Amino acid sequence: MKYINRHWKDKANSTWMLVCTGIIIVLPFVLIIGLYLKSALLFEKCSFIDLIFSKEWKPWENKFGFAPFIICSLWVSILALLLSAPVCLLTAIYLTHYAKSRVLKIMQPVIDILAGIPSVIYGVWGILVIVPFVAKLGNFFGIHTTGYTILSGALVLSVMIIPFILNVLIEILRTIPEELSEASLSLGATKWETIKYVIIKKAFTGIISAFGLGLSRAFGETIAVLMVVGNVVKIPQGVFDAGYPLPALIANNYGEMLSIPMYDSALMMAALILLVIVILFNTASRMYIYRLEKYR
Amino acid sequence: MEPSGKIKIQNLNLFIGKQQILKNINAEIPENKITVILGPSGCGKTTLLKTLNRLTDLYENIKISGTVEMGNEDILHTKTDITKIRRKMGLVSQRPYPLPMSIYGNIAYGLKISGHTKKQFLDEKVEYYLKVTHLWEEVKDRLKQPASALSVGQQQRLCLARGLAVDPEIILADEPASALDPVSSMAIEELFTELKSWYTIVVVTHILRQAKRIADHVIFMYLGEVIEQGPAGEFFENPKMEKTKAYIKGAFN
Ligand SMILES: Nc1ncnc2c1ncn2[C@@H]1O[C@H](COP(=O)(O)OP(=O)(O)OP(=O)(O)O)[C@@H](O)[C@H]1O
Ligand SMILES: [Mg+2]
Repeated sequence: MKYINRHWKDKANSTWMLVCTGIIIVLPFVLIIGLYLKSALLFEKCSFIDLIFSKEWKPWENKFGFAPFIICSLWVSILALLLSAPVCLLTAIYLTHYAKSRVLKIMQPVIDILAGIPSVIYGVWGILVIVPFVAKLGNFFGIHTTGYTILSGALVLSVMIIPFILNVLIEILRTIPEELSEASLSLGATKWETIKYVIIKKAFTGIISAFGLGLSRAFGETIAVLMVVGNVVKIPQGVFDAGYPLPALIANNYGEMLSIPMYDSALMMAALILLVIVILFNTASRMYIYRLEKYR
Repeated sequence: MEPSGKIKIQNLNLFIGKQQILKNINAEIPENKITVILGPSGCGKTTLLKTLNRLTDLYENIKISGTVEMGNEDILHTKTDITKIRRKMGLVSQRPYPLPMSIYGNIAYGLKISGHTKKQFLDEKVEYYLKVTHLWEEVKDRLKQPASALSVGQQQRLCLARGLAVDPEIILADEPASALDPVSSMAIEELFTELKSWYTIVVVTHILRQAKRIADHVIFMYLGEVIEQGPAGEFFENPKMEKTKAYIKGAFN
């Protein structure tokens, strides 16, 4: 009797786990299909390629070109990654290979706190500190700007993604066995040479995936960026230009202006593009990792 | 002929935090012989070995006193670049840890680090040391392949070859056969026996039979202390200390 009871419990539990896993696997597809159906109206009118590459955004004339938004999002998030990647890598190396283990123990909760700060707060900080700073910086280079620019968005984002990238990097660097460093050191390498030629090489795929993760997060981040980036629809020509990233488009306009036909559909389309690009980033970094692991 | 001491360890004490790991160690490692550091698990064999090439620098909260002399130099308090001293000692660890590079790259690494870049020179060295470790025939057609693709036994010999390539005087091996199958394990032991004409070899082990097979000289440790040391024949036939006798009988392991 007892056995049967346990047996059923076991079975019930594993069924539940299977169901949960199933839901998680199906979720992205449901999202994509839902967004696709919602934006179907627009698909009927214009070709997908045209929509993506067209620069004209005039909803009142039924012209929906997504290029300015996509390009702005790429600018902001790639710039953010370029700014934070070296900082994260050096910090992670310092914490795992140079600092006393006590320092790492203190740092870890600090990193978690950074990760837990709501984006609005980053946005406010951006407005109070980063925007005026960028305005001054622009003036220094002889460019007139309010400070609400691509660069401000990237700076705020770069700080926001630091904890995520840093956590993954620390995890990865810690899995590398000490003996590998010892091997390199006993061949006469210095500590820095060991890190450069052995540790980083060994961790390379992991480092790439950490950066990929950071990029995806940056690309999808909404509130903090839209607070400092200016929200002007145009293709940015430089980092001191204002821009209008894709997530901001959705957040600023959804639920309003629905009097314009197809606007709703266009915003759904924006969401679809956002989702697809983030998935592309992820898949690309994963495929890259897969290829590297195969040839290692 | 009395063997000349290649390394002299005097009054070596080592603490990690408050724990004393090595207790007043005095020992001598003779040149061109295989010295086996023998003792039960946790007695400080690995720590002693790492002190010899100062890998103990990596430990936190470590305190060392005493001297470890090689030539006329105190390794523990040397003013010379520590990388120079480490290069004089090839390290073979408990499990093979090939560097994340090709077979060729693993052996060329130490040479490149010390400034050799000529391809012909590197090619020659790689071939030579792969031959010394009897790996050449097995890997000559796949030198550019990742070292991690080799079997564990092959990897261990590769790690030895990589250590030899920087032209050390001493080989330090920490239970080099513990992760290997009996055949690979014998191959390593035979290699050491061949190599001792050119190198001073220190092997850590807690396998008594292995020690008997390869040792010329034995240092027996127990709980951080050196209990007894001497030529292998005497040590095994005629141990002086009670602890040694018990250990050789297999009383504790
Ligand atoms: N990094 C470290 N921090 C603190 N204690 C350590 C450290 N490394 C080793 N010890 C302690 O030092 C003692 C000796 O360790 P060591 O590894 O030298 O022993 P061993 O003789 O090599 O043992 P085994 O045969 O199991 O490899 C052990 O009690 C161990 O717990
Ligand atoms: Mg050990």
